[in-house]
This record gives sequence, C-alpha cells and structure tokens, in this order.
Amino acid sequence: MSDYALFLGCVIPNRYPGIEAAMRKIAPILGITLYEMDGASCCPAPGVTRSFDSQTWLTLAARNICIAEAIGKNVLTMCNGCYASLKDANIILKNDSAKREAVNKVLSEVGRSFRGSIDVKHIVEVLYNEVGLEKIKSIAKRRLNLKAAVHYGCHILKPSELREWKSHERPTFLDELVTALGLESVDYQDKMMCCGAGGGVRSGVPEVGLDMTREKLRNITRTGADVIVNCCPLCHLQFDRGQVEIEQNLGENFGVPVLHYLQLLGICTGLTLDEVGAKAHNVSLETLASKI
Amino acid sequence: MPTSNLLGGSVIRSEDLQAQFVEEIVKAGGEKIRLCFQCGTCTGSCPSGRRTAFKTRQLIAKSLLGLRDEVLHDTNLWTCTSCYTCTERCPRGIDVTNLIFIIRNIAVKSGIILDRHKVALGYLIKTGHLVPITDNYTKLRKELGLEEVPSTTHKHSEALKEFQQLVSKLEFDKLAAGGEDRK
Repeated sequence: MSDYALFLGCVIPNRYPGIEAAMRKIAPILGITLYEMDGASCCPAPGVTRSFDSQTWLTLAARNICIAEAIGKNVLTMCNGCYASLKDANIILKNDSAKREAVNKVLSEVGRSFRGSIDVKHIVEVLYNEVGLEKIKSIAKRRLNLKAAVHYGCHILKPSELREWKSHERPTFLDELVTALGLESVDYQDKMMCCGAGGGVRSGVPEVGLDMTREKLRNITRTGADVIVNCCPLCHLQFDRGQVEIEQNLGENFGVPVLHYLQLLGICTGLTLDEVGAKAHNVSLETLASKI
Repeated sequence: MPTSNLLGGSVIRSEDLQAQFVEEIVKAGGEKIRLCFQCGTCTGSCPSGRRTAFKTRQLIAKSLLGLRDEVLHDTNLWTCTSCYTCTERCPRGIDVTNLIFIIRNIAVKSGIILDRHKVALGYLIKTGHLVPITDNYTKLRKELGLEEVPSTTHKHSEALKEFQQLVSKLEFDKLAAGGEDRK
C-alpha cells in the first residue's frame, strides 16, 4: 500500500517542480516509499492526444503503465490529467481484450507488453483513503489561518463511472483535507466548474479557457479567499499563469496565490515557501508569508 | 455548407448531407449517439457553451443529419475542455465527451487540426513531453534539491527513441502534421 511508482508527468517537473519537491519531502513522513519511473513520458495528455488519436493515446499511456508494471508497484500521480490518462487507459486495457491486443501488438515493437497487474492512484486519493485525515492532522506542525477556495478539477472526479468517490457534483474530500490543516474552505459560485485549461483548450483556443478562468476568479475573489488550493498542476498553471495572461489580455487583476495541495501540506509540515517552489509562481506567494 | 435564407436561418441542402458520417462515429465506438433525443442538458451544462457558439446538442444533431464538413470544420469543436459534465448529466446515458473525442479524431484523420495544436504536438513528439523542460526550470530543480533533469524521456535518450518509435509506428507524427484540408 505504501510503495508507489511516482509518475511525474510534464507540468509538475518542468514548470512547478516545488510540487514534486514537496511530494518527495512529505513521502517519508507518511511512510510512503517512492520508486522512479525512469524513461516515462507525458501521460499523454487526455485533451491533446486522446482528442486527436485515441489509439496513440492508449498505446503511449500503456507504455507508461508498463514501466510501473516492471517495477511491480502501483502508479502514483500528482495530476488530474495524468490520472485521467493512466487510470482510464488502465481500466480500458484491463477490460477490453480487443483494445489490449491491438495495443500490445504495437508495444511488442519495443519489447513491451501491458499485463494489467497494477492500479493507478492520485495522491489525494491516497491521502484521503489510505493515510487518513487523523494522520494528516498529526503531521501538521502549523495550522494556517487562511480562507481557501478549493478547486477539485474535473478529472479526479469524472467520468464518475471510472471513479470511486461518493459524489462528483458535491464532493467533500479535498475540502476535508484542506480543513484538516486548519484552513477555512469557502463556498463559491460554480465551484465545480472547470478551470478552462483541459481538452486542449489552453493550447488550442486559450482565449476561451481564460474567459472561463476569469469567471472562476471573479467568483473566488468575491468570497475574500486568501488562496486557491487545487490538486492538478494544469488547473494550477491555468489559475497561476492565467492570472498574468488575464491581466495582460483582459485588463483584470486578481492577485490570488495558488497552491497545489502537496505544497500546502508541505508548508504545514514545516517547509518554507521557497522549499515548495515559490519562485516558479507567477502570482507571488508573499501575501501568504505573513499568515503562516 | 448551408447558406443563409432571408430570415437569417440556414438552408440545409440534401447535397450537403453525408449520411455515412454517423456510421463513421458509430464504428469508432459512438453508437449511443443514436439515443440522443435533443433535450439540451449537454448544452445547458457546458461551461464552454456559455461563452462561445459551441452547442453540444447542435453538434449531435448535425452529426446525425450528416453535416460532416460543417461539423469537422467548426473551430468550436475544439472549445470542449473535456470536463465531462454533459456525460454525467445525459439522461440517455450517452458519453458525450467521448463522442466529442471521436468526432475530433475523425477531424484529425481528415487533416483538420489547429495550428496551435500542431505546435504542442511537435513538442510531444520531439521530447516525449507536451510541456518540456527549459533552462530556468533545470536551475530551479537543482535549487530545490531535485535531479536537474527529471528521470523521464528528458534524461533517458533510449526511452525517448522508444517513445518516438511508437509514435511513428502509429503514424501519429503524420496525423499531428495536419493535412491539406485543414482550416
């Protein structure tokens, strides 16, 4: 249970490495041993590959799963997009023999074969279901007196047919993980709405995505939230860099800092803002410093 | 393409209909498209539809009619963020998001792909990452006590070769380059 093959993906290691640093520093405190998935690639992203060619998406996702199968550990992701690709592909390949055979035929070219021997987990799933709220409370040295606007992102919840949460319209697990650290989770209009980045919208039609992000930011800032807490680096990027892009293109400034849950947990266990990668953030985390 | 009539509506001409389009969609796994009874729950739930001309119900109606060219060339097809709200709420149990993926797959096979997406896919094929590392971030990784270059296709050239071998076997590189037909 507590050994995982860590899947890095793209946005965390290459844009917000502080999330990865927090993960690696928190893991031993939680009794989690992480194994490296050497040679893994992009998951590949559901929007920008599954949308274009589902066969390529499935095959490249299978290759990543094969790397974890060779290690013999379940995959751990820190990203909703990687979770959507690897978990959905894993389920499809385990259950659909025709698709599995087609994928394995291509994978045989590089000497690999999908066996269906492991599962795929999201870090928030592991923290909530396996580590538990009591343990999270016990490892937090600091309780942060902050109002948090929690953003789940879509793919940790949906398609609900392939997820195990009680509700995808009114989930509470991420709010519970946030309040366990002493923060207040504020309710806001259209809380469950998408951030605007997924489906290849950020890369293909960014103006549509940013308009969506702006609507969420307006709803969030109306509550007086100090911070946006998410569990997906693409949502994280969309909210953090998106605020700069919205200011440049739409002339509206919000200035709300954005934290991935792993960064928040890292700060609560005693890491500094720099140690969770504050330098990579477009919206400064400095406003949080006085409240820690 | 339909032309506008005097009342501003559009005239659908029989020569614009390609009835086999729905067969293409069904063959790719979208058989439930035939269950749609046009209630509009998908459109009403869509965060992109709130701010663009993307209307999911209309996309399905046009697909069922066989307006293949119009559906595939509509840039709004690319405004779906795959949030799955339509899929979750469809009273007919249609996986609408997957239907949109299927239609996008057909568009790409027909050579229709946005230039911006071609750029993103270029990074993926070249590096194994849609969002590749840059020098600023290797520096920051080092400061954070991480491996400067993550242990992915970025660090392992033989893994990148293997990844690219699969991409080329699947002819994804050709698809990602788009075709003559693109807008």
